[in-house]
Amino acid sequence: MTVLERVSQYVVWFIAGFTVIFLMTPLIVTIAVSFGSSTVFTLPPPDWSLRWYERLAGMRGLVPALLVSLQIAAVSTAVALVLGTLCAIALVRGRFPGRETISTFLVSPLMLPGLVIGIAMLQGFKTMGLRDVYASLLVAHVVITLPYVVRTVVGALSLFDFSLIDAARTLGCSYPTALTRVLVPALAPAFLTSGMFAFLASMDNYPISMFFTDAWTKTLPIQMLQYVEERPDPTIAAISAGLVLLAIVALVIGDRLVGLRKLADF
Amino acid sequence: MTTKAAPSAWRDPVALLAAPAVIYLLVVYAFPLLWLFMKSLTGPAGPTIQPYISFLSDPFNWRVVGNTLRVAAWVTVVCFLIGYPAAFALARAGAVLQIVMLVSIILPLSVGAVVKAFAWQIVLRRDGIVSQTLVGLGLWDEPQRLLFTETGLVLGAANIFLPFMILPIYSVVKLIDPRLSEAGATLGATPLYRFTHVTLPLTLPGIVSGVAFVFSMSVSMFVIPSLLIGDRFQTLSTLTGRSFLLMRNEQLGSTTAVILLVLAVSIVVGSTWLARRIGGRST
Repeated sequence: MTVLERVSQYVVWFIAGFTVIFLMTPLIVTIAVSFGSSTVFTLPPPDWSLRWYERLAGMRGLVPALLVSLQIAAVSTAVALVLGTLCAIALVRGRFPGRETISTFLVSPLMLPGLVIGIAMLQGFKTMGLRDVYASLLVAHVVITLPYVVRTVVGALSLFDFSLIDAARTLGCSYPTALTRVLVPALAPAFLTSGMFAFLASMDNYPISMFFTDAWTKTLPIQMLQYVEERPDPTIAAISAGLVLLAIVALVIGDRLVGLRKLADF
Repeated sequence: MTTKAAPSAWRDPVALLAAPAVIYLLVVYAFPLLWLFMKSLTGPAGPTIQPYISFLSDPFNWRVVGNTLRVAAWVTVVCFLIGYPAAFALARAGAVLQIVMLVSIILPLSVGAVVKAFAWQIVLRRDGIVSQTLVGLGLWDEPQRLLFTETGLVLGAANIFLPFMILPIYSVVKLIDPRLSEAGATLGATPLYRFTHVTLPLTLPGIVSGVAFVFSMSVSMFVIPSLLIGDRFQTLSTLTGRSFLLMRNEQLGSTTAVILLVLAVSIVVGSTWLARRIGGRST
């Protein structure tokens, strides 16, 4: 190894180390604070304790908000998976003009400011007469989850060999059976990863949800921000640590299914 | 196996599968956005640009636009300075280090902005990690509070958006053949010349897309400035949110929302155009 190579190796390590520490700081700080005994975010904590986790049960509004978020995320992800997969099939298999435009359109909610989408929807729903908070949240969150599904399933479908379906039919499968036994298993990893990221995006969304919540129906991020503004204490760190755990679970599943490097594809 | 030839491109029955998603988004997303846009240009007596004129004639609003663009520019610069070398480190790292880096890039992406911004509230305190580290390194004489300062906001936002800079650059860096640079060296090019004439042009598409991502997200961020700098510092986004949720001033809110929308769309369109131009030149 030449001197230059060794130096460049050290430079790589240094940059990599700095990046890892910088990126992980918020997550590690959150977890450390949540297990600390101090009320004032002292780091490192003077003593370890589970008191903030014990206090979670007594947090007013936490469980309802968590339930609303989980339900909205689950239902909107399910709807997005159906709508998104149908649309992805049309985009990959169809031969009609404007496919490029349609796919850009479907992914565009990811690129526009959530706040502006939220305001437009708020006024749009009002005009259409949609006033129910829960329904509005659901309708809005499908817009958040759909892009993730379309993007990933289009990617997976363009690698799928459709002649396999014909092969299955030649071997005596009916068309629906061929679809469920050949196409669905082939797309399963795409469904799971896109579903997971769509679910997390819905769980974490703040700027769109904030226009559709009221005093009774709140999503978790809205409720959390309210805690932060009212009385910031490490209980919020305990909730955050739970969400970090959820993200870790999602990452492990994603790694098992498609591999970390695929997840990093942009 | 003969596939049925569609008699006309428009009558391809497969196209119908796209209809539910497209109609859904048209109704609940595209039309409302369009309507917001049209309404902001319509006064009681027909088409008008009066709201924009009165918005821009107020020096306070110019400061808001200035704040938005300045902070977004700084966040983009910080993300680029860290993200560009980090993308190379990620591409050149050994297997284990690469996995550690990938995890630390992807994991924060799956955690919401509220969680991370709250963590930065702790990090940026007077007794927070940043302050302690800088004092420890001897760079600062005494602990300082970075929370509720512009520097703190830039630092926190850059941290949250950094993955969106690293990943697009990484996606082009990993395709570069390292032998290209060696070939340049063999031909007698200096390292600087090799960088500006070989590496930089090849990574330009990744840079364009990373910069566009980070800049547009920084322009429209809402939760991060609300938590890290507070009400005294307004950006287009926080002003929009405030005018709808607190001030109940829908006129002002719609105006700033449309300005934000136009900014975001022009960044997306501009970067796509730029990426296509660069792509066209290098092939």
